[in-house]
Amino acid sequence: MTQVEHDHNHNHAAPRSAPPILELINVHAAYGRIEVLRGVDLTVPRGAVLALLGANGAGKTTLLRVISGLMEPTEGDIHLGGMHVSGASPDALTRAGVTMVPEGRGVFPNLTVEENLWLGSYSGRHVDKILTEAYHRFPRLKERRRQLAGSLSGGEQQMLSLARALAADPALLLLDELSMGLAPLIVESLYDRVAEIAEQGVSILVVEQFASSALRVADYAAVMHGGRVVATGEPDEIESVLTELYFGGTA
Amino acid sequence: MDVFVSYTIYGLFFGAAYAIAASGLVLTYTTTRVFNLAHGATSMVAAFVFWQLHVDKGMPTWAAILLVLFVFAPLYGIVLERLVMRRVSDAPVGVMLVMTLGLFLFLIGIAQQIWPSNTSKYRYVTQFFGTKSFPVFGVQMYYHYLITIIAAAACAAGLYVMLNRTRIGTAMRAAVDNRELLQLFGANSNRVSILSWIIGSQMAAVAGILLVAKTGLDYYQLTFLVINAFAAAMLGRLRSLPFTYLGSILLGLAIGYSQYVHGSELLENGLQFALPTLMLFLILIFVPEVRLRVGQVKGVLAANVPSARRALTTGVVFFFLALFVTELLNPTNTLRFGEALVFGITMLSLVLLTGYGGYVSLSQLTFVGVGAAVVCKFNTSSPVAILVAVLITAGVGAAVALPVLRLTGLYLALATMAFGQLMDYLVFNASFMFGFGGKINAKRVSLFGYDFSDTTSYVALELAVFVLLGLGLLTIRRGAVGRLLIALRDSPAACATLGLNQRWFRVAVFSVSAGVAGLAGALMAGLQGYAAPGDYKEFQSLPLLLAAAVAGITTVSGAFAGGLLLMLLPVLAATSTALSGLEFLVLGGGAILLARDPNGLVNLFYRGMRAVVPRMPVPGWVTQRAASAPKPAEVDGEEDEDLDEIPEAQVAGHGVA
Ligand SMILES: Nc1ncnc2c1ncn2[C@@H]1O[C@H](COP(=O)(O)OP(=O)(O)OP(=O)(O)O)[C@@H](O)[C@H]1O
Ligand SMILES: [Mg+2]
Repeated sequence: MTQVEHDHNHNHAAPRSAPPILELINVHAAYGRIEVLRGVDLTVPRGAVLALLGANGAGKTTLLRVISGLMEPTEGDIHLGGMHVSGASPDALTRAGVTMVPEGRGVFPNLTVEENLWLGSYSGRHVDKILTEAYHRFPRLKERRRQLAGSLSGGEQQMLSLARALAADPALLLLDELSMGLAPLIVESLYDRVAEIAEQGVSILVVEQFASSALRVADYAAVMHGGRVVATGEPDEIESVLTELYFGGTA
Repeated sequence: MDVFVSYTIYGLFFGAAYAIAASGLVLTYTTTRVFNLAHGATSMVAAFVFWQLHVDKGMPTWAAILLVLFVFAPLYGIVLERLVMRRVSDAPVGVMLVMTLGLFLFLIGIAQQIWPSNTSKYRYVTQFFGTKSFPVFGVQMYYHYLITIIAAAACAAGLYVMLNRTRIGTAMRAAVDNRELLQLFGANSNRVSILSWIIGSQMAAVAGILLVAKTGLDYYQLTFLVINAFAAAMLGRLRSLPFTYLGSILLGLAIGYSQYVHGSELLENGLQFALPTLMLFLILIFVPEVRLRVGQVKGVLAANVPSARRALTTGVVFFFLALFVTELLNPTNTLRFGEALVFGITMLSLVLLTGYGGYVSLSQLTFVGVGAAVVCKFNTSSPVAILVAVLITAGVGAAVALPVLRLTGLYLALATMAFGQLMDYLVFNASFMFGFGGKINAKRVSLFGYDFSDTTSYVALELAVFVLLGLGLLTIRRGAVGRLLIALRDSPAACATLGLNQRWFRVAVFSVSAGVAGLAGALMAGLQGYAAPGDYKEFQSLPLLLAAAVAGITTVSGAFAGGLLLMLLPVLAATSTALSGLEFLVLGGGAILLARDPNGLVNLFYRGMRAVVPRMPVPGWVTQRAASAPKPAEVDGEEDEDLDEIPEAQVAGHGVA
């Protein structure tokens, strides 16, 4: 298993020449013998927000699972800030500064809000600091701190999930479909928070099916199709590619 | 008044010891979702280790306790987690039960091997502080009892603080919902579950050490005494520690006060033993329905079903081949083969229930016993007796299943265990069942004027029954019912939307399975010429299930191999005292190793054969497929296409929510 160092904390404002925060080279991954990722190449520059788009089943979630260490790639290399990390365990990666807000609700429903944040301290930071920061960013969570996370509204759960992911003081934040099952207004306000987080220098890889909200905060965008990244570019360039993929019926 | 107080104290002692055992069980269940059937066996082994250190090696009590609790139990917990529990935690309930049951028997086998029963050296452990006592409300209370009650209180407090006030305890509660998420939080989830198993094993060990003075050092007594804790744990629905404690105390008191009941020895002893089981059964009947969880398809393994023509030819060839072999056997071995066939027929009932349906019955041999008893009661050679035996057993099966089948497989398995034990204590031992000497005679059946008095011909009859049942089973499997069974096993939630009355369907399946077991019993009585309750003890259902699982519980050929295995192992073990633990070591170890592949040894055998003779036509060739292979139509494929192309079974992660 690759050892990952705890070096991320203050490298947010690293010089341009530094290696990109995330670099994927020819990454393959499979469930059993069903290959889902078929050679993904993708780079997330330091401090940038990259929106990863694509239709259902394109392999976006799988890619995030591979980056966060939940799945091992069958082939290919993953570099994190220049370090080779393929095969590192998810907890080691979290402690090293890659955190993920997984698809669905990334909270423990049977623990209270505060207990959820407490477990965030496994990332290596002190719990008091985590709580202060989380409640400052999301005052709603403070009001509900003794409530079971499972009884929060969908938007509040996503806030908690985001707050927990930020508890690790990440260098790279992976967001998988924040918008799932939420009302458009709530989605917009969540993405406002994402924009704030990005301004503080955190690199973000955000996966969305519905492009507009993600593209609004993104510096770059990439499109996945059939287990590969088929296009990358500025958000407005990508929109035309998307239109073709969704409506043009190309395979 | 004095009597009342002393019964109360006695009851509180047992209640406290049960509480410790039960909360260990609840802890591991709530943190890992593994229901450890071997919890009691852990207590038993810990008690033996304690005896070894304290009595045999003469260590002071405190040193022996510390060694058991802080060296033996943690090591055991770590090994357990790494070698067994980690592989079970995401498996279907049936696999989990078979694996922990395997561990259960394996531990008994180990104990038998390390500490063989030995008449010249009687092993015992006395209570702490001997008979020293102090007065409470006019009666004397042993220090041992006081220590036990204090230990229970300390465990409760310790568990509460750990689970609610420490981060690792909170992580333990979290892990059960989603291990992956816990890792994304930065915690090492393996470490969390190792800790659960360490603490769970420690609590089992504490209970074992406290109870051993009462039960004596015995492979079974202590093991089953702690199983009584299941009842207490169930009152808390395996979740709530306070209710688990309440259940334990109530159970302990009930046992204490049961001493008020005087009457026949059967009643007095039976009541003491049966109370916890009765309580377990009642709680199971009344616990609310569990909501179905969606998307639980994990590690499903499908056996390929041979076509009707191939099954028929194989059956006929098998029949004559086996008949030819039978002719060569001497009388003892003919009888043994007949016994193996009865086991095989019983295992066919498990192929239906467990192999196809995914349900685990821990009392299949009890049904065999019912069938045997009914035939004996008739004491006639008319085949009608067999028919009635089958019908009655099927009815009993339906009656057992009806109240609990709305629950998950775990609860059903425990209910069958409770049923089997109740039958042991209350029915099979009663004089109306097997008479006073515990043995009643049976006549062999005669068909069309032929009386099968020659054992070889009777074995031929059994062979015919086995083949016919096997063919029938395969026909069911190929038909709509079979598909439905598999679908129900794999995704009950999805089937709930089909509008099928699942409960009645399951009751029917359970009942048919019991009926087949009853048929096996009827044949057994005829084979032996008698029936005795000792042959149908609940406990013996466990090696039966494991032998079926090891040989291959999804196929007819597996049932045949399982029957042979179950018959041969005790015969082998009896050849030398050095092999005293053989049967349970092989079955338990085999189940632990193979449970992930319920297609068992038979499958491995066929694979091996295929490797040597690639084009060999194999009956019931078994293959494994990916759980989420997106080609469901293929899973029921009749002919064996080029199976080497098919992916190995995979345990799907939590990726598909
Ligand atoms: N646990 C699994 N086992 C087998 N196949 C899987 C599993 N999880 C996902 N897949 C398959 O992998 C492919 C990619 O899935 P993935 O979840 O990565 O897609 P996605 O791009 O995130 O889609 P969506 O937008 O719907 O979330 C799909 O075809 C899916 O069926
Ligand atoms: Mg997805």
